[in-house]
Amino acid sequence: MGKTIAEKIFETHLVDEPFGDVSVLKLDRVFCHEITTPTAIQDLVARGKDRVFDPDKIKVVIDHVSPAKDSKTALQGKILRQWAKRHGIKDFFDIGNNGVCHALFPEKGFVRPGFTIIMGDSHACTHGAFGAFAAGVGTTALEMGILKGVATFKKQETFRIQIVGSLKPGVYAKDVILEVIRQISVEGAMNMVIEFGGNVVDAMGMDQRMTLSNMAVEAGATSGICLPDMTTVEYLWPFIKSEYQSPEAALEYFSQFSSDEDAVYAKTKTIDVSQLAPLSTFGFKPDNVKPVSQMEGTPVDQVYIGSCTNGRIEDLRVAAQVLKGKKIKEGVRGIVSPATPKVFSMAVEEGLIKIFMDAGFCVTNPTCGACLGMSNGVLADGEVAAATTNRNFNGRMGKGGMVHLMSPATAAATAIQGKIVNSSLFVN
Amino acid sequence: MKKFEGKILCLDRSDINTDEIIPAKYLTEIEKIAMQPHLLEDLSLDGFDIKKSLEDVAVIVSLENFGCGSSREHAPWALEVNGIYVVIAQSFARIFRQNMFNCGMLAIALTKEEIDTIFECCKLGDAFLTVDVDSSTIDLTCRDKCQTFSFNISKFDKTLVQKGGWLEYADEHY
Ligand code: SF4
Repeated sequence: MGKTIAEKIFETHLVDEPFGDVSVLKLDRVFCHEITTPTAIQDLVARGKDRVFDPDKIKVVIDHVSPAKDSKTALQGKILRQWAKRHGIKDFFDIGNNGVCHALFPEKGFVRPGFTIIMGDSHACTHGAFGAFAAGVGTTALEMGILKGVATFKKQETFRIQIVGSLKPGVYAKDVILEVIRQISVEGAMNMVIEFGGNVVDAMGMDQRMTLSNMAVEAGATSGICLPDMTTVEYLWPFIKSEYQSPEAALEYFSQFSSDEDAVYAKTKTIDVSQLAPLSTFGFKPDNVKPVSQMEGTPVDQVYIGSCTNGRIEDLRVAAQVLKGKKIKEGVRGIVSPATPKVFSMAVEEGLIKIFMDAGFCVTNPTCGACLGMSNGVLADGEVAAATTNRNFNGRMGKGGMVHLMSPATAAATAIQGKIVNSSLFVN
Repeated sequence: MKKFEGKILCLDRSDINTDEIIPAKYLTEIEKIAMQPHLLEDLSLDGFDIKKSLEDVAVIVSLENFGCGSSREHAPWALEVNGIYVVIAQSFARIFRQNMFNCGMLAIALTKEEIDTIFECCKLGDAFLTVDVDSSTIDLTCRDKCQTFSFNISKFDKTLVQKGGWLEYADEHY
């Protein structure tokens, strides 16, 4: 009987199975940021266990509120900085070099197919785009990851989702994942790994695959995995070229983790996206999804383009294409946050930043910022935002604020119109 | 023998998210106790009053997908520092559920019918609940009536609650 990628990764990393209930896995990476890690550090210190299992496998960034906005966020940064220093953690990204964790770490080449990765952050699932098992965990699990390099997971069943057909112009990976969540609901993949496949996913670049995997958690999934292929290898090639003779050899090695043809899935679903139109959320749950055409005319106060879902260079290119030569509606606040310094400087070189600024956008440094309603664009009570982020819970971007999730193209068009609108109006 | 007991807070809604349990603005707190006054601060639910509803509560009972949202362990901590060690719901978000057990606290799934029975009982007033971890049973008393439910948690989760959490367990074993 064949196996899925998740089963293979679990088998190769298994340390223990207490009572047969859960799997304790060996970790290849522990990612850390300044919101959830300082509490873990403080607790380890208080217990007299201020140690790390392997400083080279721990990667750290200050990204959620950066630059610090007040004394408390400054203290979080300080605790993290001092900790990284005293344990010799070399890959520590601070101001000037920092960006949104799930965009920055892949860009630095820290993820490999077949890896196990945890982070005190729900969107750790993003790294599954590289064929890794990556999952968000809480602080206690993070502490144990830091200390001993292990984590527990329930045995994971796999939900194979095949995305087939062809995408119409103006429809992107974000629309695809919103459609997946609409169809299977926020609990549709609870306690499961989603494995994305099908010709549409095969044709996607890594940026788009990351958008898909990023929102697997919004469907309840533990991780969202795309199988490693030549696209994965080409993205990683600059980081692995000393380890393999050729990209083909690397792919052959990584393919040992790929799902077998006769793998057994707990659930499967095929979605033909050929007729898919741009989508937007309308309520406080990520599965409250409608075609943009049914949302048209909904006024917005703010448009936010950025985050670990859609703050990469391809996303900025798409938004800039819509905004080129146009102005955003008076009274609408446009904010764009390139997800990493590399994305930022590419956007400068390609002239995208000028397009955003000419259109009337405020360009911020790379940070999570407004996405989680902590800084850089918090909403006031009763305000509405169109955002390329991943969460629309009540209060997510500010108490009493409403968030509509959509693609960068739709968000850019919405900024011009001041109301939710299909981007096809502005692109020919 | 591990037992939890006390007054019940009924949150008759699904999808109570981590932002409602503890708003994101308190994520900058480094001490657990700082979260104590802010539990459920942004929850808008008919009949819920942050000043009165939480008094002496030891158990929260709710519907589906409790604890959805972020991975923040601040959510169980905010419960813990308010003396609430048990949440009973129809279903839980994965990370929230695991965080509860990792902290040595209990997340118990019951059926809709059983939860409705608890809600009904709470409406009558003076509802009191005792959770016995070892025997996996819940005793619900209200007025002069008493009812017992049994619940299912894995051996591993039970061990975490008995040991006081994942750190205590893992430190012994790995
Ligand atoms: S961009 Fe938003 S969703 Fe992504 S890691 Fe930052 S806060 Fe979380």
